[in-house]
Amino acid sequence: MEVLSQNRAPIAEALENLRNIRVVPFDVPGHKRGRGNRELTEFLGERCMSVDVNSMKPLDNLSHPSSVIREAEELAAQAFGAGYAFLMVGGTTSCVQAMILSVCKHGDKIILPRNVHRSAINALILCGAVPVYVNPALDYKLGISLGMSIEDYKKAIDENPDAKAVFVNNPTYYGICSNIKEITRLAHERGMKVLVDEAHGTHFYFGKDMPVSGMAAGADMASVSMHKSGGSLTQSSFLLVGSGINKDAVRSIINLTQTTSASYLLLSSLDLSRKRLATEGETIFEKVKEMAQYARDEINNLGGYYAYSREIINGDTIFDFDISKLSVYTLDLGLAGIEVYDILRDEYDIQIEFGDLSNILAYISVGDSYKDIERLVGALSEIARIYKRDKTGMIKHEYINPRVVIPPKTAFYSEKESLPISRSGGRISGEFVMSYPPGIPILAPGEEITGEIIDYIEYSKEKGCFLTGTEDLEVETIKVVRL
Amino acid sequence: MELWYSETHTPHAKFFIKVDRQLYSGKSEFQRIDVLESQEFGRFLVIDGYLMMTEKDEFIYHEMIVHPAMAVHPNPRRVLVIGAGDGGVLRELTRYPFVEHIDIVDIDELVIKVCREFLPQTACGFDDERVNIHIQDGMKFIRKCSDEYDIIIVDSTDPFGPGEGLFTKEFYGNCFKALKENGILVNQHESPFYAADAVATQRIHKRIVQSFPISRVYQAHIPSYPSGHWLFGFASKKYHPIRDFDPKRWRSLGINTRYYNTQLHIGCFALPNYVEELLEDVEGVE
Repeated sequence: MEVLSQNRAPIAEALENLRNIRVVPFDVPGHKRGRGNRELTEFLGERCMSVDVNSMKPLDNLSHPSSVIREAEELAAQAFGAGYAFLMVGGTTSCVQAMILSVCKHGDKIILPRNVHRSAINALILCGAVPVYVNPALDYKLGISLGMSIEDYKKAIDENPDAKAVFVNNPTYYGICSNIKEITRLAHERGMKVLVDEAHGTHFYFGKDMPVSGMAAGADMASVSMHKSGGSLTQSSFLLVGSGINKDAVRSIINLTQTTSASYLLLSSLDLSRKRLATEGETIFEKVKEMAQYARDEINNLGGYYAYSREIINGDTIFDFDISKLSVYTLDLGLAGIEVYDILRDEYDIQIEFGDLSNILAYISVGDSYKDIERLVGALSEIARIYKRDKTGMIKHEYINPRVVIPPKTAFYSEKESLPISRSGGRISGEFVMSYPPGIPILAPGEEITGEIIDYIEYSKEKGCFLTGTEDLEVETIKVVRL
Repeated sequence: MELWYSETHTPHAKFFIKVDRQLYSGKSEFQRIDVLESQEFGRFLVIDGYLMMTEKDEFIYHEMIVHPAMAVHPNPRRVLVIGAGDGGVLRELTRYPFVEHIDIVDIDELVIKVCREFLPQTACGFDDERVNIHIQDGMKFIRKCSDEYDIIIVDSTDPFGPGEGLFTKEFYGNCFKALKENGILVNQHESPFYAADAVATQRIHKRIVQSFPISRVYQAHIPSYPSGHWLFGFASKKYHPIRDFDPKRWRSLGINTRYYNTQLHIGCFALPNYVEELLEDVEGVE
């Protein structure tokens, strides 16, 4: 196959062609380029509806790509420096699940940090793999989980030489990176695969002076949320694999759960966004870094807030820091991050990415302007002036080492009973409890519910965190494994 | 040749001025700037297609955004002006001999430059030595001020575009902080007449009410602005615009005005019922 230029976008071009030749549609979708659903077409726009089409010969097929999708995937692989790249339409969740399902079978061990996204533990429920958790280091001042220490990974690898894979977050939601190169070296020495969750690291592949990306570090597979810093539509992602991975086998794993009616809106958004990053990514992320740095400096000048950056790097559990992230510690003002998050939205019409018990995270991207950053800084300044209070009694740490009693799959499929959370102490959880975002489980199936965890859940609720995961939408009761 | 400038006041209503010639057209980092000359309104300034001021009726706007507050505050020494790149607010302010220091903050240097060249009628305000020009985002400038000004005048453009930040709750809150304990904030308050402008009026009022203990609105008639019916906000930490108004003291200053007078000062705070209702609707709403 000829080598295409990164200026091309084969899927978008094929859609454009299809529009121009004015094919008469006697196939699905039934809205027929929007004509059959006027209200929706007015809402979304005619151009958008006209490319919401089904797979067909000139447009290729995602589950068995041979023409334009194949080209788009190869272009993406080149752009990301990967052996191959899969276009994914089920979000990064589907990428993470495909990674784990590709390397683990029932009963296989996988080493992973406990502060993974729920999608990773969901994959363990699907395939029956057994987690070996490495506890993330904690920053007691900031109240955030850090990266993994090399010592802890090494210990886990030494103690579990039969593990099939090692899983790494690169970076965490807050922008913290572990020493992924060294982790990869250690894992590969023992013949373990290295899987990287890069939901928050798309820009590592394109920006200048960024932390090292999974593929550059020699990892075997990486899940990249193109829709986060990459600019594509929500739910579209890339699954990258290294050259040592059998891509056809990965494709058949993906096809186990992937839709057979992949949206061309998502696919073309991946295609065009890859083109944009490959050709302009460096400039784009320079601008993002500049804006984030400006915001950080201004916020740190306000007093009371701490917008942290590379100064927290410690060579191990904070091996590197992603300076495009704007994470701000708020607890010195006597305000939980989630409270600042709520005030920003309710009082100032500013929506930020999330707030936890002691931090907020504002997502900065190329779509931002200095004008909007002034609003954010101005509002934070007001919040400090108006709401500042005594900080005694504020809880900060957000990570509790879990005790895994039984594997997640066993717990998930066991006989369960429902108990009020307050009376569930000592039992084994049959489901998840987490704050969303960031979606990192406080409790996962198979883990012991302790008094500390119950207190943490109650406190998070009281502060206004959005808790999810339980069947009970009110998160008052929890399913526990029947004794 | 017939050349007409038109401004869309609503999707269904337009305003026209016959133009003699175009004096300037240019683009800054933030916006497009045009200066046109007309028979009826004299020279006028247009930013991003929207009419900002005309030589014929700017006196109404500038007198009304400056004198009411200056007549209420017993001792205004330090004044901050945000926006107002045409200099008209400065011209009115510099007529008060006891004002010691005026800071003006405008984000767009080119507006000031163009006005100084083509609109000397207002831009003469920049020539006073008490005036200090700061080219900066108003949001950013004010954030760093605390307990510094007796009066702040916000002569903003519209609630969209580069001036957007000047209509936000965080901005008004920062103004509160920048004012001394008896300070007054005056702001351009949009128009209550056309629906979209009325929404802006309500949003502004709602946010100022949340930030200041005293928040009143007054009106003026400005023919070249949409509907001609325009509002200003008078927000204050201590002084009431009428109860603390001393007409004799202001008259003794001997400032000659064409629109403002001490009778009108009291009258302009009396608003039509529909405007009162519009404002009351958002007072006390969380």
